[in-house]
Amino acid sequence: MKVLNSVIILLISLLLISALQAQEQKFSFPSVDLKTLDGKTFNTSEINNTGKPVLISFWATWCKPCINELIAYDENYVDWQEETGVKIIAISIDDSRSIDRVAPFVNGRGWEFESYLDENGSFKRAMNVINIPHSFLFDGDGVLVWQHTSFAPGDEEGLYELLLEISK
Amino acid sequence: MQKGLIFFLFLINPIIQLSAQEDNNGQVHGNFSITGQSYLEDSLIGAPLVAEKFLMNAYGNLIFTKGNFTAGVRFESYLNTLEGYDKRFNGIGLPYRYISYQHEKLNITLGNFYEQFGSGLILRTYEEKNLGVDNSLDGARVIYKPAKGVTLKGLVGKQRFYYEHGPGIVRGVDGEFSINDFFPIFAESKVNITVGGSFVSKYQEDLDPIYILPENVGAGAGRISISSGGFLLKTEYAYKSQDPSAENGYIYKTGEALMLSLNYSKKGFGLFFNAKRVDNMGFRSDRNAKLNDLNINYIPATAKTYTYSLATLYPYASQPSGEMGLQGELNYRFKKGSAMGGKYGMFLSLGYANVNSIQKNVLFNGDGYTSGFFEIGDELYYKNLNVELEKKFSKKFKGIVHYYYQEYNKDVLQGLSGYGIIKSHIGIADLTYKIRPKHTLRMELQTLLTQQDKGDWAMALAEYSISPHWFFTVFDMYNYGNPNPEERIHYYSGNFAYSDKAVRIQLGYGRVWEGIICVGGVCRNVPASNGFNINITSSF
Repeated sequence: MKVLNSVIILLISLLLISALQAQEQKFSFPSVDLKTLDGKTFNTSEINNTGKPVLISFWATWCKPCINELIAYDENYVDWQEETGVKIIAISIDDSRSIDRVAPFVNGRGWEFESYLDENGSFKRAMNVINIPHSFLFDGDGVLVWQHTSFAPGDEEGLYELLLEISK
Repeated sequence: MQKGLIFFLFLINPIIQLSAQEDNNGQVHGNFSITGQSYLEDSLIGAPLVAEKFLMNAYGNLIFTKGNFTAGVRFESYLNTLEGYDKRFNGIGLPYRYISYQHEKLNITLGNFYEQFGSGLILRTYEEKNLGVDNSLDGARVIYKPAKGVTLKGLVGKQRFYYEHGPGIVRGVDGEFSINDFFPIFAESKVNITVGGSFVSKYQEDLDPIYILPENVGAGAGRISISSGGFLLKTEYAYKSQDPSAENGYIYKTGEALMLSLNYSKKGFGLFFNAKRVDNMGFRSDRNAKLNDLNINYIPATAKTYTYSLATLYPYASQPSGEMGLQGELNYRFKKGSAMGGKYGMFLSLGYANVNSIQKNVLFNGDGYTSGFFEIGDELYYKNLNVELEKKFSKKFKGIVHYYYQEYNKDVLQGLSGYGIIKSHIGIADLTYKIRPKHTLRMELQTLLTQQDKGDWAMALAEYSISPHWFFTVFDMYNYGNPNPEERIHYYSGNFAYSDKAVRIQLGYGRVWEGIICVGGVCRNVPASNGFNINITSSF
């Protein structure tokens, strides 16, 4: 038993070391089919912002902090786009219970993020999201530079500084 | 189990080690979560003595990708499982592992996978850690996209059942066809149409000495989605062959379900409408399974998901054995500068939901009953009316006000008798005040008023957050109107959380009331408890 355990620990450490080596490179998006708000299919491997930063935020219509986060992004989006060219992609993980509420919710609030539906959580799982809100920031080269779970009012200011830094 | 893990790690390690030397490296990502709680005996709230004193649920995922190859594994441990989770989640193991290969139009997965056909009426495997639901299939799945706009899926597997497999074998095929993607002449059309169809069959041996039970049970579904200029219409119909089960009382009646939803939205305005009929659509890979065990399909609940604590005291869950419901929602944003909108605008949401039984005409044969497709039953299961307003008053201050009226059939929804329909009024105010940059105070004041069951409740919550790392929360939930003065109990709790990038650590102490936790319409009972808790999550 002890030998087995040691072998497992050794192998997991090797995995983690290789994981660390791999962090600085371009993030390869998993290939997952999502739906657009009007029912078309979009594959996540096509996520792209032609050399500008991409911010991906996982949310749901029933998640209060997520909505607060997206409201904060929405209030700043026009300025951020002008200054850094960032594209915000909002991924709803609402399941079939609330999925058809997403479009009236997003449009009703006048949000202009690129919005996709991850109805059975496939993209969420592929991105290792545990709790929402969970945001990922990729620089113009597609390298994952920052990720954050939970939202406190004011987080958007830190994000803005980071956006300026990576779009220099 | 350990041998399986070692085998798996041996398999993927050399690939990673080799790949690290190439230009195009493989990538390893993952996450982990640890939730622990200590348990103190508290006779006032009915929290029992827990022999272990401390219980813990933990898991970690590792996903490795290189080129077209993906492999994943999840380690889970329940030492022992937290109160409120099924005790069959016990010990340590590796209940989820897969390898997947993508070759141009073809994707093959071996091992565990999650899949949903259409809206899930005949097949949905998923996981919801907070509920202890994981009905993943273990077997093989092929996804093939022969042409643009065409997706074909086929799968065979057995469902995860705690650390084992369920007895039945599940087989399924699904096809989806987008007319606009397939025919170039419709590519620019203003009308988008997607059609789909699926078939799922389960096999379970009949070991019953008396009855002849169908060993193969089939279910089929067809769906269509049409969108145009802000409108989206979606509908799906499903049918299930004879499937006597513990859930339906071993009757031979066939099952059917219909879902219809229509929404319309444009900037500042959103409208949503949904109707549903479900008749005998429980579908499990073990005909004797109950509760949340071994569901093959998923019947979405016809009601909004609420998150404020008192709004979730009486949560609705869908009734696969039969229900008819409809719901609607209107979202509207008052523009900045308008009379109602003021300087920053205002957001309004109005919602309604109503769910009844289906009319059942009892038969004294194996079919159990008949039910006309449009016959609504007399018994109310759930009704809800909600009004929600959200307004920013100044740069520093914003407020949310909610009002709900609910009728909740406690007998049907909780499988009890003698409680009847609980009618309640719920009011919520959620106020956020920015004290200075990055320092925010948030207050929630909630009340639930009812003459029935446990009577009136009130709740107050205060949360102080310092962006981007710190959260401090205290709340008290008080059942001040309980008809029994001895049960007028305070459920208080204090929590602090630290969040840095993708790591989050939360520590707390509190009294938890006995209740139901629901996510996405699936619920579990949580017993009363008193103690310290810790939760650590991280993604990398």
